[in-house]
Amino acid sequence: MTELLRRVGARTLEGLRGVGEAVLLVARILRAAPVVALRPRLLIEQLYAVGVQSMVIILVSALFIGMVLGLQGYYTLSDFGAIEAVGTMVALSLVRELGPVVTALLFAGRAGSSLTAEVGLMKATEQLSSMEMMAVDPERRILAPRFFAALLAVPLLTAVFSVIGILGGYLVTVGMIGIDGGPFWSNMQNAVTIRGDILNGVIKSVAFGFLAGWIALHKGYMAEPTSSGVSRATTLGVVHASLAVLGLDFLLTALMFE
Amino acid sequence: MNQRLVEIGVGLFVVAGLAALLVLALQVSGLAELRQGAGYHVTAKFENVGSLREQAPVSMAGVRIGRVEAIELDPTSHRATVRMRIKARYDSIPADSTAAIYTAGLLGEQYVGIQPGWENEHLGDGDRVTDTQSAMVLERLLGQFLTNIQE
Amino acid sequence: MTAVEQGEPLAAVRGLHFRRGGRSIFDGVDMTIRRGQVTAIMGPSGSGKTTLLRLLGGQLHPHGGTVEVMGQEVPALGRRALYRLRQQMGILFQSGALFTHLSVFENVAFPVREHTDLPEALLETLVLLKLEAVGLRGARDLMPSELSGGMARRVAMARAIALDPVLVMYDEPFAGQDPITMGVLVDLIRRLNDILGLSSVVVSHDVHETLAIADHVYLLADGALIAEGSPAELQASADPSVRQFLDARPDGPVPFHYPAPELAEDLAGRRRP
Ligand SMILES: Nc1ncnc2c1ncn2[C@@H]1O[C@H](COP(=O)(O)OP(=O)(O)OP(=O)(O)O)[C@@H](O)[C@H]1O
Ligand SMILES: [Mg+2]
Repeated sequence: MTELLRRVGARTLEGLRGVGEAVLLVARILRAAPVVALRPRLLIEQLYAVGVQSMVIILVSALFIGMVLGLQGYYTLSDFGAIEAVGTMVALSLVRELGPVVTALLFAGRAGSSLTAEVGLMKATEQLSSMEMMAVDPERRILAPRFFAALLAVPLLTAVFSVIGILGGYLVTVGMIGIDGGPFWSNMQNAVTIRGDILNGVIKSVAFGFLAGWIALHKGYMAEPTSSGVSRATTLGVVHASLAVLGLDFLLTALMFE
Repeated sequence: MNQRLVEIGVGLFVVAGLAALLVLALQVSGLAELRQGAGYHVTAKFENVGSLREQAPVSMAGVRIGRVEAIELDPTSHRATVRMRIKARYDSIPADSTAAIYTAGLLGEQYVGIQPGWENEHLGDGDRVTDTQSAMVLERLLGQFLTNIQE
Repeated sequence: MTAVEQGEPLAAVRGLHFRRGGRSIFDGVDMTIRRGQVTAIMGPSGSGKTTLLRLLGGQLHPHGGTVEVMGQEVPALGRRALYRLRQQMGILFQSGALFTHLSVFENVAFPVREHTDLPEALLETLVLLKLEAVGLRGARDLMPSELSGGMARRVAMARAIALDPVLVMYDEPFAGQDPITMGVLVDLIRRLNDILGLSSVVVSHDVHETLAIADHVYLLADGALIAEGSPAELQASADPSVRQFLDARPDGPVPFHYPAPELAEDLAGRRRP
């Protein structure tokens, strides 16, 4: 019994230590922001890696999700005789929830995992260590540009996701099923507000970008410097980032939309 | 990887992202329509606005002529003051018109409908529509229905 | 080079204690690295040579004793001061530790780009000269994955000396090199040391090559220094541990095995739960 308690205690302390470590790490990264601003080249390289290279998966997923939303919305709403509301439904679902959340999940899987693996491997092969010995701080040179790239890329990817998703919904309902395009847009425009919906969606996506970048880099940076350690860190990074995004989404939704 | 290609790629990415944000702000939330043509303001006081929201359409004979800009509680009369912006080209609305709050379809959004009056005077900037009819609140209707039955 | 300058201590460890996972790696080690000299550190595998270099570079903190480099107490330095000190040190890692996403040229250019604002043309000259010194100017556009182990180590060596540091530490520079390259590298380390006025620390198992270039040799085993002196003094030593190491004898006072219980005991122990 005491053994069980001891183990629970040890686990809790271990977990807390990890969280504390991660918080300190992100604080140091944030303080390195001026370094990144002075060397935009570093940021651009990382924006390419995490942003541009995630575009294809974002575009394709957004189109399909938008089309499915359009179809489901049409089936459900036609039972109520409220087909005109399908644009509203598609847009609100995407702007408030699916855009930020699905983008962040895809980002964690596509870009986050590669960040974790890259940083973990650099650690395992002593590249970070040798950088330190060259008097270059890996937290500034390696982690900070990657973190800020994620922070910037996720909101941009989210906006693209939502717009493409809405287009997907439009294609299916207006283009294929043939409902009237006028009410599709005008009802959407009546229902979607810039402060309540668009801005809150953007705030969510920034928060998710922060989380996804932070967790991915922390996992890589603290990975055990072996090949199994790096692969474990990569898996855990995706799992933890996804769970964190979903949990935070619930909190933010509860706060934002009352 | 060629540095130039990387830069072009990132440039395109950032432009696409910002353009998407712009589309969301203008086309999806309808900010664009709101901004074209200054129009003029008209207010109306309602007993109850139901679930009328800012940005809701203002229409006349089914044609949208403007939008709700602000909804506030008048501290003295305890009624809701609804400020509407009417498009500039609809400048000949009779001054004795009435305003009512309707629901579009069963599940639709609420909107303000204007019934034209007969006067030759027109509503102008800052004028008030005095004759108003509140939103139908389902609970209240049911309540009235039940009391009528009991009587 | 004047005699005064030659003898001046550049780095020193005094009464060094260091443990790892409960096992003591250093148990009171004293060592002085003098300016302008090539100091060799030798010892069996696992005796803590790499660990010592990391202690000098401030990546590890001693559990006792002092580590002083260029008049500064390394473990007591703040981040900023430590980084300033490291700019004057070059280190060749045992694994090479090249940046896998950068070409050979960019690897060597990395510390230069990070710490100076040299115009591109000047930087290119500098990098190519360093690559020429290790015989790899022709490999400038290769990626690290396209290099052999020995080539990668030489690129790492060029990177370690890219900024002309005051103190260069080579962790096994000769491992994996063919006899010809080894000869060139031995010569290079000595020449860099004398022409550029650097001070060098060489960790190596190659007794012959190391004794040929070192001014002073430290022999580590079992957490302590077992011998020190000039190569000639060591060669003349009659100490059985020194002889065992220098003459590469399998049996002698220096243990070949990582500390462990007796083999028979261990094997018998496996049967028991
Ligand atoms: N990260 C670590 N954690 C725990 N123990 C370690 C770690 N790194 C090294 N050690 C231990 O420290 C001791 C000294 O290691 P070190 O790498 O300094 O040896 P070395 O003298 O450089 O050996 P070699 O000649 O094989 O490179 C070894 O016994 C090793 O088991
Ligand atoms: Mg070693």
